Amino acid sequence: MMTAADLAAIRAIITRAKRWDLFFSLLGILSLMVGVLTFTVLFVDMAIQGVPRLNLDFFTSFPSRKAANAGILSAWVGTVLVMLLTALAAVPLGVAAGVYLEEYAPKNWMTDIIEINISNLAGIPSIVYGLLALGLFVYYFGFGQSILSAGLTLALLILPVIIVATREAIRAIPQSIHEGSYACGATTWQTVSDHILPYSSAGILTGVIIGMARAIGETAPIITIGALTFIAFLPPAPFTGEPPAGLFDWIFAPFTVMPIQMFNWTSRPEAAFAINAAAAGFVLVFMTLAMNGLAIYVRYRLRKNIKW
Amino acid sequence: MSATLSPPHSMPVGSHVSDRLSRKASRHVKERIIEALLFSAAAFSVFVTGAIVYVLVKESWVFFETVPLSDFLFDTQWTPLFDDAHYGIMVLLSGTLTSSGVALLVAIPLGTIIALYLSEFAGFKVREIAKPFLELLGGVPTIVYGYFALTMITPLLQKIYPDLPGFNLLSAGLVMGIMIIPYVASLSEDAMRAVPMALREGSYAMGATRLQTALWVVTPAATSGIASAYILGISRAVGETMILAVAAGMQPNLTFNPTEPGATITSYIVQVALGDLPHGSIGYQTIFAAGLTLLLMTLAFNLLGYWLRKRFREVY
Repeated sequence: MMTAADLAAIRAIITRAKRWDLFFSLLGILSLMVGVLTFTVLFVDMAIQGVPRLNLDFFTSFPSRKAANAGILSAWVGTVLVMLLTALAAVPLGVAAGVYLEEYAPKNWMTDIIEINISNLAGIPSIVYGLLALGLFVYYFGFGQSILSAGLTLALLILPVIIVATREAIRAIPQSIHEGSYACGATTWQTVSDHILPYSSAGILTGVIIGMARAIGETAPIITIGALTFIAFLPPAPFTGEPPAGLFDWIFAPFTVMPIQMFNWTSRPEAAFAINAAAAGFVLVFMTLAMNGLAIYVRYRLRKNIKW
Repeated sequence: MSATLSPPHSMPVGSHVSDRLSRKASRHVKERIIEALLFSAAAFSVFVTGAIVYVLVKESWVFFETVPLSDFLFDTQWTPLFDDAHYGIMVLLSGTLTSSGVALLVAIPLGTIIALYLSEFAGFKVREIAKPFLELLGGVPTIVYGYFALTMITPLLQKIYPDLPGFNLLSAGLVMGIMIIPYVASLSEDAMRAVPMALREGSYAMGATRLQTALWVVTPAATSGIASAYILGISRAVGETMILAVAAGMQPNLTFNPTEPGATITSYIVQVALGDLPHGSIGYQTIFAAGLTLLLMTLAFNLLGYWLRKRFREVY
């Protein structure tokens, strides 16, 4: 028989257990708040310092020795051009590799090596890619410290991200779609180009955006290839200047990008440059947030709309 | 079907098959070409790894012809750009290990608690908001974190320790830890969520509470995934560059005291790259030797993670 004392003891145990559960829940929320709070403070602090500096002149001026006149024109143009080359190189390569591994690859040692290798590449620090680019692109291929070198370096860096995203997007397509296509007599490539790629395109797009958002903020590999930090001119636009520049002359031009411009301003002792750094940082964070937000939105829509 | 009806393209027995079914038909050739192209895209990644190893080893080889390996490993000074040059990688390693240590002291406990909370305690709505937010936190460019450590965290810490120098490994390490939380939390949470519901239900049926289930059932079952999340966190910390280059100062300093300034392997590479070292000089080669050391370290961590996943994976 259970006595009243036993019952009380059991109730006490239950209360204690519930208290511990509550305690851990609070601990969890608190830990999350550390992240949330840090991010909020970081963002608000940069906004307070930097936003007053954000006027049209800031976007249309070159960097200058005088902090008040300095702007980010060469930096954002450089970032846009480098990103263009990065996307042109990384997206076709990454999607092709992902399609091969999901749709074509036989189960053999070769495929195993490629798979282990890709997950390994994802773990290599970005600065090591910078060293690779310094030895290979800058000196061996002779591209110099150009937009081309930087674009290719960042392309290698985000290649694993795009490959993994492509594979995940393809894996989410049910096997019955493949089988239906093959049953109608389609070849592997017909199946891929008519069914697999269109159905996985939103998932691949998410991965591409996340990869590009990462590339936009990468500083270390671009510093390593020796990109200059003081650039007060734009790459030659095609068919302008004297003599007229060729269509692709800009890819060999020296350049600077947003994070390098910010690093340059951060490392100066004068307070006025710290404000410029905050403004550049705000623009940079805003760009990466917008890209990541877009990726999250695309994925959310995707999950909501597709019912296989 | 009537047997007397002959098919439209009937052929005498023994003749070759129609061109449209032949392996040589253009469609097969096209398929082969496409497959070869896609294969070369996948194999390109192996070429990248090969190129990384080749470049680092080639330049380091020249370096080690001048500097004996024993000096590199055991010298206690790192002054490659001075007249009295010393090449003791230990000095840079101490900076890397100290800052990574601080970062992991922040990231591992917080990351694990967040993962446990999101996977075992939080409701659907909290998780749907928190996970994308963590992703955003992981997507902030590291140069911005560096700026934050230098202009926000260091002055804050100086209010507590007035003696703290303006550049120090502590504030860089703390901010680095916060940067790594998303990686640790999100991978650990994936591992915890992969634990089958039946294990939790069994535990609840025995009268265990949520916390008891989380700590004594879910965590052990997800050990291999959690361990590889930690390993990823470690290799992120070791390879992180810009936070340290901005906030930790770049002077080589053999110390394990986080309140001092110091250079890490990564920030040394940045420092040299910012200067104007001639291609082929010994100073130029030091960054490849330093990079090779870094690559070997991250490779070792990756292999350890791979082994842990294999060794401790629970199969349900």
